[in-house]
Amino acid sequence: MKRFEYLEARTVRQAISMLQRHGENSLTVAGSTDFLVRWRAGVWNPDYVINIQRVAGLSRITYSARNGLRIGALVTIRAIEQHAAVRRHYPALAAAAASFAGVQVRNLATVGGNICNASPSGDTIPALLVFGSECKIVGADGERVVALDKFFTGPGQTVLEHGELLTEIRVPVPARNTGSHYIKHSPRGAMDIATVGVASLVSLDGRGGPCSEARIALGAVAPTPIRAYSAEDSLRGQALTQDLLIAAANIARNGVRPIDDIRGSAEHRKEIVGVLTRRTLEQAFNAAASGPLTFNEQRRLTVQAAF
Amino acid sequence: MKKQLQITVNGELRQALVEPYYSLLDTLRDEMQLTGTKKGCDEGDCGACTVLLNGKPVCSCLVLAHAAHDAEVTTIEGVANGLELHPVQKAFVEHGGLQCGYCTPGIILSTVGFLESGEEPSEENIKHALGGNLCRCTGYTKVIESVLVAVKATNTASQAARE
Repeated sequence: MKRFEYLEARTVRQAISMLQRHGENSLTVAGSTDFLVRWRAGVWNPDYVINIQRVAGLSRITYSARNGLRIGALVTIRAIEQHAAVRRHYPALAAAAASFAGVQVRNLATVGGNICNASPSGDTIPALLVFGSECKIVGADGERVVALDKFFTGPGQTVLEHGELLTEIRVPVPARNTGSHYIKHSPRGAMDIATVGVASLVSLDGRGGPCSEARIALGAVAPTPIRAYSAEDSLRGQALTQDLLIAAANIARNGVRPIDDIRGSAEHRKEIVGVLTRRTLEQAFNAAASGPLTFNEQRRLTVQAAF
Repeated sequence: MKKQLQITVNGELRQALVEPYYSLLDTLRDEMQLTGTKKGCDEGDCGACTVLLNGKPVCSCLVLAHAAHDAEVTTIEGVANGLELHPVQKAFVEHGGLQCGYCTPGIILSTVGFLESGEEPSEENIKHALGGNLCRCTGYTKVIESVLVAVKATNTASQAARE
């Protein structure tokens, strides 16, 4: 454990200039839920810790039918879980937030931190991926927008350059007749890291119509969260049936090359990918065809499965 | 280098001089002698260190002390009203919601935070809200029963207050 100097930024500009001044030996923190654990374990050893928690303007979450969801990087996972528009229009994201650690961590942890940590198992990431989210990044020379599926370059690695800050996540409005869901598999029902996490989204061309869009994102089975493109392709344009959903789940299962680790063997993970892809597709399809479950109904199913 | 911070703990403004790496938990226990908040895992798994930070349950082992500068914190020492137990504490005592007691301060604070969150107090939601608190004695059944009793007591009290 190495001592560090602690700094607080109050504005985005101030945070960026602190990062530039202290170079590679500085680390940005917000909720600090990952930082303190890894610092105590000797994994992260920065000379300077720059806390951005009090930076103004990054804690807002807004929804409009035109611009979709805008989530400031400092919005907590708990705020996402409890947000009415998220529960209504982005059920996979609400489910992901609700399955994230426990209430005591969700009240601290931020969505920006979950993304920038770039863990292959980060719970919000598969859900944000299926909605086609984008990241707004601000640096000394201005801002840029990067699609979330281009943001991750490896475990713990992102396209963020030193001196850049992720400030906002933009989530487009889902098409009409869209359903989505996220299921996390972990040995403990709370405070645990996903062995596998799967988010699915299904859009129909009219309530009884064919599938106009299908997106499946998988967590904890590759160096970064990934999309299951071949499985998605097998559904697009089809009149969906249970057999097609099972076939798509098998494609997703057979397409992953996970690793063995303390949370599960590669073989186990592949099986779970198949099961969770099928279950999330079923729920997304049902919601697209006949309207979504309420958040409390969805939670009841989650709690019954976990506890 | 140690720096000064101030936190309103249980309604009282407290100051401390602590290192940047100090957690809120260590500050409460070692600098403010509030040892009711327990240290279990020190990595956000067990929930024994749960306190309310600006009214919301958090793992105090994961909060940088200086990040809590100017905040309001409620610990187990601030839950009762003098010698009169909080309805949640009363329910746990009367319905066997604790045995060794080590996890209890955290569970009480999680429960108080849950009851104040406005979420529907169904059994599923209670289990979800307490999912971050480990207890190795009770098997949880009596914990959940105690919370359900506290829910009833709180509802009756607020109904009486309305009438």
